[in-house]
Amino acid sequence: MSAGEALLRVEDLKVEFPTEDGVVHAVDGISYQVQAGKTLGIVGESGSGKTVSSLTTLGLTRRQGARVSGRILFEGRDLVSLPEDQLRAIRGNEIAMIFQDPLSALHPLYRVGKQLVEAVRAHRAVSKAKARERAVELLGLVGIPDPAKRVDAYPHEFSGGMRQRAMIAMALANEPKLLIADEPTTALDVTVQAQILALMERLQRELGMAILIITHDLGVVAEMADDIAVMYAGRIVETGSAESIFAKPQHPYTWGLLRSIPRLDSPRDEELVPIFGTPPSLISPPSGCHFHPRCPYAQPEHARIDPQLEPLGDEPSHFVACLLEADVRSRLWSELGAGGTPEEALAEAGLKAAEGSVQTAADGLPPGADA
Amino acid sequence: MTGYVIRRLLWGLALLIIVCGLIFVVFRILPTGNPAVLRAGRDPQPKLIKEIERVLGLNKSLPTQFWDYLKNVFLHFNFGYSYYNQESVVSLIKERLPATASLTIGAAVVWMIAGLSVGIISALKQRTFLDRFSMGGALVAISAPEFWLGLITLLLFASDIGKFKIFPGAGSYVGITQDPWKWFTSLILPWCVLAAGSAAIFARLMRGQLIEAMGEDYIRTARAKGLKERRVLRQGVRASINPIVTLLALEIGVLLGGAVLIEYVFNIPGIGLLAYHSIVQSDFEVIEGTVLLASMFIILANILADIGYAYLDPRVRYS
Repeated sequence: MSAGEALLRVEDLKVEFPTEDGVVHAVDGISYQVQAGKTLGIVGESGSGKTVSSLTTLGLTRRQGARVSGRILFEGRDLVSLPEDQLRAIRGNEIAMIFQDPLSALHPLYRVGKQLVEAVRAHRAVSKAKARERAVELLGLVGIPDPAKRVDAYPHEFSGGMRQRAMIAMALANEPKLLIADEPTTALDVTVQAQILALMERLQRELGMAILIITHDLGVVAEMADDIAVMYAGRIVETGSAESIFAKPQHPYTWGLLRSIPRLDSPRDEELVPIFGTPPSLISPPSGCHFHPRCPYAQPEHARIDPQLEPLGDEPSHFVACLLEADVRSRLWSELGAGGTPEEALAEAGLKAAEGSVQTAADGLPPGADA
Repeated sequence: MTGYVIRRLLWGLALLIIVCGLIFVVFRILPTGNPAVLRAGRDPQPKLIKEIERVLGLNKSLPTQFWDYLKNVFLHFNFGYSYYNQESVVSLIKERLPATASLTIGAAVVWMIAGLSVGIISALKQRTFLDRFSMGGALVAISAPEFWLGLITLLLFASDIGKFKIFPGAGSYVGITQDPWKWFTSLILPWCVLAAGSAAIFARLMRGQLIEAMGEDYIRTARAKGLKERRVLRQGVRASINPIVTLLALEIGVLLGGAVLIEYVFNIPGIGLLAYHSIVQSDFEVIEGTVLLASMFIILANILADIGYAYLDPRVRYS
């Protein structure tokens, strides 16, 4: 990540939820930055803490009884300790958010226009008529045809893609400096997904806002992100520029995510490789490296030692938290990147297979991961 | 929308005719006693009975009688005559309508305000002492029979027989035009007692609905927009209100049923008391009239609820 004062700087953020079964460590000490006008992609499976971290940015986990520590600096103000009314003045104004399912995220009983007007008038002292003009303008901006008429439609009268466009219009109402997009395309058809991503890119160019995009889909961040942070079990396990991560991915979990994306240029007989096992419990996470129970390359000592994010020797802005040696990782990935199986990669790197994980893969048990 | 309203109204009319049929079967066909005998006085001559039967049209065939009954009800708005004082049922009802309207409308207002506000507060203060206390109280209010609750409040608060002589007791009702203040104070206890059960049901329903709504994604969106919490709550309440409207129509029936008991307990000269006396005196045509009137109100309330529901939820419109 480049220097300079970042628009949003998250430092050692921890979010915990006390429950009857124990404390859920949803976010376990993460740090990242979003530069003004740039895009950061946070990637991870469901339950990796990526949504909780972004909701916490807006203070939306407060009423769920979350215990938050660390700092979230937005233009120098710490959002973690900011009083609720000051935070409310930032929400939807300087930082806006869009969500995964635009049908449930819009109020079913209010006209789309009214919901947009509300967003405008929450932060601007303008008349209803003025706010309505703005609503029509916003709907036009996000590419909804005939906005002067559609402004009076109800959400159920919109298609999925139109609803997400309306959500984006609502988020843009006060020209935010930062847009947080939580799985913005997951609930949409594939063709519509591309349209929404293109729309967000266009709006970013035109309005100069920063985007924090949260997704489980590396394909989405490949399109959008300048920087990428990969999250696993409440922690960031790898982070760097999008270029560097796609060129030289370092973490076995990132490899797993990359190899589970269908690709047009891969040989036809090559199978998609799922990540075996299920995401770990966030109440009592695994010892040592949290990924070791699912990692085909884990060595016995990885169950004891907790890896820290460290920069790569030749790429100081690319960090990884992995206990494997750097040259071992590069040999493993060169074999995997060429289409090899984990077993072949292990043989190539001269490592012994981890107990359990590779056997699980060989037994062909159904994968529990949804990445 | 207009088509929808017309369809609902036609259904209501059909339902009303069916109710008339049921009333006719219960009071005229099933053996309940001969109205002519009831009217003829003691030890009547058979000739007199025959004469009364002819006047009342009881010598005609049953279908003709039913047709006449429908014609009277729908075309002439004539519900028949009391056997006791020969007064027309419509004028008897008219005379007593203000008292019953005062009682039921007032109770409905109390019940809406109390039910919804207790429900909302309970939902917001979920799992606190206040919530548990209100919901416990609601359970008591639902379980307590109205006539019992009425007698207990009289024993506690009535100015004549009560422990704490705060409110006017039974039989103190006066018309609103006569003395508005006395009208108001005399109805406070009946309103509260009549509203208690329904208010409690509403409070519990509102609480559940609101807790569910406040967990929805669109509430998160509202907060993410930076809306004030008061406006966020309004969105939640707006989403919770639809099932309340449906229940409202059903509760109107409960309210009218309760009015009979409450008017008796508090001795309010309304339609409920009229119904009670006519049941005791086997004054069939008056009973028929009050039953028909209550049915009309329940049907009307349901139509209004249906229309209100379509108005409140754009997703059910035109279907």
